[in-house]
Formats: sequence, structure tokens, C-alpha cells
Amino acid sequence: MSAKKKLKTSAMIASIADEGTPTTSAPFGHALVEAAEKNPKIVGMTADLGKYTDLHIFERAFPDRYYQMGMAEQLLMMAGAGMAREGFIPFVTTYSVFASRRAYDFICLAIAEEKLNVKIISALPGLTTGYGPSHQATEDVAIFRGMPNLTIIDPCDAVDIEQSVQAMVDFDGPVYLRLLRGKVPRVLDRFEGYRFEIGKAKRLIDGKDALIISSGLMTTRAIEASDQMKEKGVEVGVMHCATIKPLDNEAILEEVRRHPDRPVFVAENHSVVGGLGESIASLLMKEGVAVTFRQIGLPDEFLGAGALPTLHDLYGISTNEVVKTLEQYVSSDEEIMPTI
Amino acid sequence: MSETATASKSGAVEALRQRAYKIRRHALRMGEVQGQGYVGQALGVADVLAVSYFRALRLDPKNPEWEERDRFLLSIGHYAIALYAALIEAGVIAEEEIEDYGSDDSILPMSGMAGYTPGMEITGGSLGHGLGIGVGMALGLKRKESASRIFNLLSDGELNEGSTWEAVASAAHWKLDNLIAIVDVNDQQADDKSSTVLNYEPIADKWTAFGWETYRVNGNDLEALIDAFDSAMESSSDKPRVIICDTLMGRGVPFLETRDKTHFIRVDEDEWSVALKQLDEVYGVQ
Repeated sequence: MSAKKKLKTSAMIASIADEGTPTTSAPFGHALVEAAEKNPKIVGMTADLGKYTDLHIFERAFPDRYYQMGMAEQLLMMAGAGMAREGFIPFVTTYSVFASRRAYDFICLAIAEEKLNVKIISALPGLTTGYGPSHQATEDVAIFRGMPNLTIIDPCDAVDIEQSVQAMVDFDGPVYLRLLRGKVPRVLDRFEGYRFEIGKAKRLIDGKDALIISSGLMTTRAIEASDQMKEKGVEVGVMHCATIKPLDNEAILEEVRRHPDRPVFVAENHSVVGGLGESIASLLMKEGVAVTFRQIGLPDEFLGAGALPTLHDLYGISTNEVVKTLEQYVSSDEEIMPTI
Repeated sequence: MSETATASKSGAVEALRQRAYKIRRHALRMGEVQGQGYVGQALGVADVLAVSYFRALRLDPKNPEWEERDRFLLSIGHYAIALYAALIEAGVIAEEEIEDYGSDDSILPMSGMAGYTPGMEITGGSLGHGLGIGVGMALGLKRKESASRIFNLLSDGELNEGSTWEAVASAAHWKLDNLIAIVDVNDQQADDKSSTVLNYEPIADKWTAFGWETYRVNGNDLEALIDAFDSAMESSSDKPRVIICDTLMGRGVPFLETRDKTHFIRVDEDEWSVALKQLDEVYGVQ
């Protein structure tokens, strides 16, 4: 038995940045302050998770526009709805598990049914904590995709988050955003001209051998995997689909059809059930687009506790595991290998 | 109380009595159109609505979205028939809409929704939402330095929902003196009597313990309701206020008052005209 050192549990404040990746601290909080300086209608509300959703930055800048609603997520959503009814733009923050599992009815009826202008900012989406199923929102997108009127955003990095805040302010309607908090990776800077837009998927890397369509932190992994594959002589394209609903059908279909022989991988920090992968699979099938299609996502099970790097390897969403998955299907001589 | 004040109050009571009669009548007519409806609740809460709409609330019937209005939130969507009756009586909704109540394309669906009906502020029906929305609106009104108030009509059954109590605690925490909750206690829920399904008595003590200014009255006694509403509105306390109203389902129609109580009181096809006739007799209208 080797004496490999065991990694420690990744807590709520763990950074999901890989070693060497540049980061920005609390991009949401700072971007919200900047937006709020221009727009007095913005208020911040939280359910006892201000510090854990980077809303404390807003609290410091605008203490009289900050509402601590207590550890009561149902109330948070109802009160957010009430604030929006009075003409304000509330940014309400909690964890993804609590927004999706505990507060669903209140988001559905009090907010979405009436298209109220509430922005639900939820931290710890998917597998971004080692605390186990109580805090791992592995099915939040599946839960919310069925809710009419709700826009779902899964930003990739600090750049996405910063730009999405102003985009949400400019957009009239309810939004659910899967927040990366704390020291957030900053990777989209390298793509000149990249601009986050609600409802738009963007090609980041062109590649003729395979295509990864991804959202959230998996876009970071997809970019890293594409870089590594390139060194091996394989060109892997990456399309970032930051808005999961409504899906940018047109751009996705166009990208898939550009190289119809490429295998398509959908990578998401979410269960393989009910998320971006199944959403795109359904689109391709409805449009009669037949391609080799595989999902890179979390298994349909309650996940384990521990250190994030260990868990991301275990469940197949680390960069190394993404590369391994790609290699199963694509080789440098451009042959598509037999599949599982 | 001076003689003038007594005379003035007795005049107010008589005027509100007429409003309550008309609210009951509008509700029964809607029930007749549909052959069903929550008329037991509507008849029970008619006096509370008369005092709310014709004594307490500031509103402009011709402009239901008037920014300075008081907001009346109906959590209990199934009481929509009662609120429609009050809105018709207030002139917010045209009386002829009664003929379409609950029918396809009607602006008066059987469960109240904000998108359908003028004067219906929120979508109710999933119980336990209204008071929390009211908390957010009351906070928003304070931000705007508005003098408008929030009224929220809940039922005793709605007190079963834990989310209601999150809102009760929050309103007291934020000192929302612009929020008035009205609880219709008719001791009846879907399956059984409220006290049997999940006993919340002593209800008033619970609200008081949470930090509310609490009133409990016979919700079918107009004089008592006037006193409670007036006190709640005139109070200089920084607490939110709750007026707990004990009401009798079917009030004003003797055969419905004594019929076995259920969530959905049965009224047979040939009984609607009898109900209207009995109501008229109770109010001395021939």
C-alpha cells in the first residue's frame, strides 16, 4: 500500500481553480457594486450566506441596500418577489441546493409565473464542495429546466460572471445563475472579443477532430483539455454555452453541422440527467442531426465527500479525466475509435 | 364616546352592512353561474372584506395600479370568489363579469391569479406565499418612503405552512409597521376542522410572541371589526399588525350556516335561488 498523502475535505470556500490558473477574488460582489453605483434599483438580499456568496462586498459598499433575510430560503424568494413588485431589482443569494430543492415552489409561483425581475444567484453549483449531497447541487439544472420563464446561466469564470451581472441588470425577467465564488478562475481573457450574452453560445476554440460543448467550470476544463490534446496533434473545438435555458439552438446546430463527422461531447458540472447534455441531445435528435454523442458529467447518484481534486477525478470531470474520455473516441490519426 | 361619534359609527356600520350584503350577493351569483365555488368562505369573510375595502384601504377603482394605493394581497387563491365580489362592489371589476365567472377566457378564474384580474395583486393558491411577498413589498415601500400599506388576507389553514412563519418572524424583525395581516379563522381546512388537522391555537398568542401587535375579533361583527382595523391603522407602534377574525362559513344564508361544514360547501342546483332569497330576507331586502 502506498503512503500517498490524503487530501483534506474541500470546504465551502475552496477554490475550484487548478494550480497555476489566474484568479479573481469575488468577481460577483465587485461587479454588483459597480452595477449598483449606476442603478439605484439594485438591492442585495441573502439567506444568511452573504459572506459565502460574495454579497458581503455589496453589503460593505451599500449597507442600506443590503437585506439579511435570515436562514429562510422560502422567505428570501418571496421577499425578493415583493421587492421586484415594488420596482427594485433584487439579487438574492443562497446555495444552489437550497434554491433548487428547498425554495422551488416559491421561485416557481411567486417569481417565475409572474416574470418578476429577480436574479437568483446561487453558489456551490454541481460538485464544487466536498461536503457531500447536502451541499452538492448536482441536479439543480434538471430541477429548474422545467420551470417556464426562468433563464438559467452557468458562467465559466470571473470574466463571465463580471459581464453577466450587467447583462442580468439589463435583462427584464427572472434569472438563475450558478455562481462560482471566492477565488474564481480567470480564463476567458485569452479569447479576444469574447462577450457574455444571455442566450448565446460562443465558439472559443475551433477544432476539426472533436467538439466539446460545455457550460460553467467545465468550459475551463474543456479549454485545458483542448490545449493538451493539441499538443498530441488532435484539434478539439470548444463551444461555451453559458446560457442553458433558453438554449442557443441556432448556434449549436450550426457549430455541430460545420464538421458533421466530429464526435460531440457535452461537458457539464451537473448530473448527466436533465442538464445541458440531455438538452443538446434532445435538440440534435429533433433536428435529425446524427453524430457520435457523449456526455461528460456527474453520475446519477449521491456523490461522496472529500477533496475536490479527488472527487473531480473520481467522477470524471477533472481535466485529466476529460482528456482520457476524449482519447477514447479521438486519436491523432483522426480515426474515431470504437465506442463503449 | 360622544353622541356624535356614536352616531357616526352607527352610520358607518349600516353603510358597511350594505356593502357586506352586496359582497355576499355577488359571490352567490358567481356560485350560481358555475354551479360551485367557495361560497362558504366568501359568505364568512364578507364582513372582513367590507371593512377592508370600504373603510381601511386607499384605492382608486378606476386605476387599480395607482402607485399610492394600499396593496391587498390574497394568499388564499380559493377565496378569489370573495375578493372578486369585493372588487365588483368597489367598482374595480364590472358587475357583468359575474356571468362569466370560472368560464373559459373569464377574467375571474376560480383560483386568484395576478395576470387575470384587475385588483388581484398576487397569484395565490400555493398557500404560504402571500405574507412573505408582503414582507418584500413592505420593505420595498419603505425604501421608496411610500405611505402605502400592505394588507394580506390569510386563512387559519395557511398557518400550517412553515413559510408563513418565516414571514411572521421577518416582519417583526424588520419592524414592518406598514404591514397588516388579516387571518380568517373559520376552523375549516380541506380534510377537517383546522383544530383537528393541525391545531394552532392559541393563534393570537403565537403572533404576539413573534412580536406582532395582535387583535382578535368576531369577524362577522362589523363594530368589532371597525374597532380592530381603526386601532391597527392608528397605532403608533413600530410592530406589524395582525387582525385575527373568527368567522362563520356560510354567514348570512341560514341554511348554509347550519349545513355540515366542509372545505367546499355543497350547494345543489335548485338551492342557489333559495340562498339568494334567504340572504335578501336576512338583510331585509324584498
